[in-house]
Amino acid sequence: MQDLLTNSLNGYIFLASILFTIGILGILIRKNIIIIFMSIELMLNAVNLLMTAFSVHHNNSDGQVFVLFIMAVAAAEVTIGLAILVMIYRNTGSVNIDELKKMKW
Amino acid sequence: MLDLAYLIPLLPLIGFAIIGLGNKKLPKFLVGLIGCGSILGSFLIVLSLLIGITSGSIPNATTISYFDWINAGSINLSMSFLIDPLSVMMMTIITGVGFLIHLYSAGYMSHDEGFARYFAYLNLFVFSMLMLVMGSNYVVMFAGWEGVGLCSYLLIGFWFKNTNYNNAAKKAFIMNRIGDLGFLLGMILIFVTFGSLNFSDVFSQAPQIMKANYEVGIAITLLLFIGATGKSAQIPLYTWLPDPMAGPTPVSALIHAATMVTAGIYMIVRSNVLYTMAPFTLDIIMVVGIVTALFAATIGLFQNDIKKVLAYSTVSQLGYMFFALGLGAYTTGMFHVTTHAFFKALLFLGAGSVIHAMSGEQDIRNMGGLRKKLPITFWTFVIGTVAIAGIPPFAGFFSKDEILAHAYERSPLLWGLGVLGALMTTFYMFRLLFLTFSGSFRGTEDQKSHLHESPISMTLPLMVLAVLSIIGGFIGVPEVLGGTNWLANYLAPVIATVGEKEVHALSHSTELTLMKISTSLVFLTIIIAYIIYVSKKIMPLPEGKESGIQKLIYNKYYIDELYDSIIVKPLRLLSDFSGKILDNTIVDGIVNGVGKSVEVGSKVLRYSQSGSISNYLFIMVIGIIIMLVINLIK
Repeated sequence: MQDLLTNSLNGYIFLASILFTIGILGILIRKNIIIIFMSIELMLNAVNLLMTAFSVHHNNSDGQVFVLFIMAVAAAEVTIGLAILVMIYRNTGSVNIDELKKMKW
Repeated sequence: MLDLAYLIPLLPLIGFAIIGLGNKKLPKFLVGLIGCGSILGSFLIVLSLLIGITSGSIPNATTISYFDWINAGSINLSMSFLIDPLSVMMMTIITGVGFLIHLYSAGYMSHDEGFARYFAYLNLFVFSMLMLVMGSNYVVMFAGWEGVGLCSYLLIGFWFKNTNYNNAAKKAFIMNRIGDLGFLLGMILIFVTFGSLNFSDVFSQAPQIMKANYEVGIAITLLLFIGATGKSAQIPLYTWLPDPMAGPTPVSALIHAATMVTAGIYMIVRSNVLYTMAPFTLDIIMVVGIVTALFAATIGLFQNDIKKVLAYSTVSQLGYMFFALGLGAYTTGMFHVTTHAFFKALLFLGAGSVIHAMSGEQDIRNMGGLRKKLPITFWTFVIGTVAIAGIPPFAGFFSKDEILAHAYERSPLLWGLGVLGALMTTFYMFRLLFLTFSGSFRGTEDQKSHLHESPISMTLPLMVLAVLSIIGGFIGVPEVLGGTNWLANYLAPVIATVGEKEVHALSHSTELTLMKISTSLVFLTIIIAYIIYVSKKIMPLPEGKESGIQKLIYNKYYIDELYDSIIVKPLRLLSDFSGKILDNTIVDGIVNGVGKSVEVGSKVLRYSQSGSISNYLFIMVIGIIIMLVINLIK
């Protein structure tokens, strides 16, 4: 098992990169704020996956500890983010990101 | 008595502090008492020093150090006093004449609301003047030098509610500053050349160093002389002296006749070692002196303001003193300083008494016939006039004659010019005397009913000074008249012996003949003045009626106007140029331009804040990618 993982580290990196890129593209392309949120989560999880993979590869548990922290913080962040989103929806009646253009000169 | 020397300047300073702090809270009687008493105390100590010096119980040059004043790098200056015949002589004049004038002021200023302020300034002046003459290095001297300039400014502008008086004060101060700059530069050059500013160090090294650096010596002495021309009102800086007559009359007597204006002469006599080594400078001093003497005397001939006549007379007499210094006759210069202090203070105080009686009138065309109403003032004024005219045996005769003898020794032409100056002095002084005191009264009825002799506190100083004007000359009676010239012997230790010529190389018979000629010419001039102003009763013309050369002279050769147009106006233009063009356009333009460009720039840049979140996100991602790429390339 150990050997298999070590040999296929490239695969994990590849997978994580794809997930991260999908996240970025999601953020850039989609207009729905909920989808953008999900894309952010996807990027976070891509990083988590990579950290776990390297943690096992180097036989060092620090990476996995960080992953747990990231998940906790991400949960808190999503909570606040969704709360703000609900308020935005109540006020504007929309979750389209292009509607939110009030913060300018 | 040397232990008490520090009290000499300290007493007036304490007096200044008490009166200045108490100001209007102190009763006038107490102010007068402290003001006069502190000077009297100093005078008594000075007298004891004088007795000590003449009897030989005090060494000829004693330096008393009190504390280190400036100690930085190679500069090592202490607050120390030099007690030698020269400084003690000046101290005697300052405190002696100063005390009499304080006493006189107590009467003269008694109705003035600024009585306490006046005495505070006057005491501060005496303190500064004493520092000037007592200092044993150039810096202490300079501190006093600036102090007297300040007091002169404060006292000229004493009645500060009058704009003209304030302008006169400013003019005096600024003219003095020009000279002071010369003095300061001279001091710096002395320090660079000699490595010290102490009189003893500088003078002991002077013969070797001045011989090696002849040009530097000339520069030092010329710079110091510029300082002297400012303080002692010589050409080209003399124009300030006639204006300060705006101040109270005793101030004119003390500061602008007896003491402060002689500071320049004192400074040159003090530095006589340096000057003797720089004959070129001496020649310049001689020329400036005689030109000033004659120039100011001609202006004095046609002035109608009683104090202006005396002011130009002072400029002229100061010119005489510089003339003597330029001839290398330092003791003679100091002799004339002494006698001049007596008779000119007397004349100014007499004029003050006249003005007091005339309720502030200063124009001699409105006076006349005051002899009967002001007998004491009249007789003392006569004595002062006779003394300044140089009639034996009054004080002015001996000092003036000694100067003339030295001039003849150099060249008969100089003697002729000197005599010419003396005759003009005689003429305008007797003109003043006759117009003021003889004939009939020409003022208003109101002034006539008000005429009165001044109180005793004013007439007493007049009488004392009159006595001094009579006997003051006996300290320097030349050998030809059976004297021993005590003053020359007294000052001998201070005067450099390097290259000094034998005093009075003239034979006694020549000297006697010269005396006879000059004295008889003086008598002739008096008779002419008498015929013009008493027998024929010719009056000076009213304002604006003069013509030709008389107009030129009455307007002081338009020197003030000349200075105004060649110095003041270009300076004004320059200030206007830098104010309106340099400052308003260029400097302000740069400062405002910076602000403006930030404003315009931000106006343009704020459009990049579109408010669209997807835009921001896009830019952020692009930024991150660029950073990654840059990292990869490195």
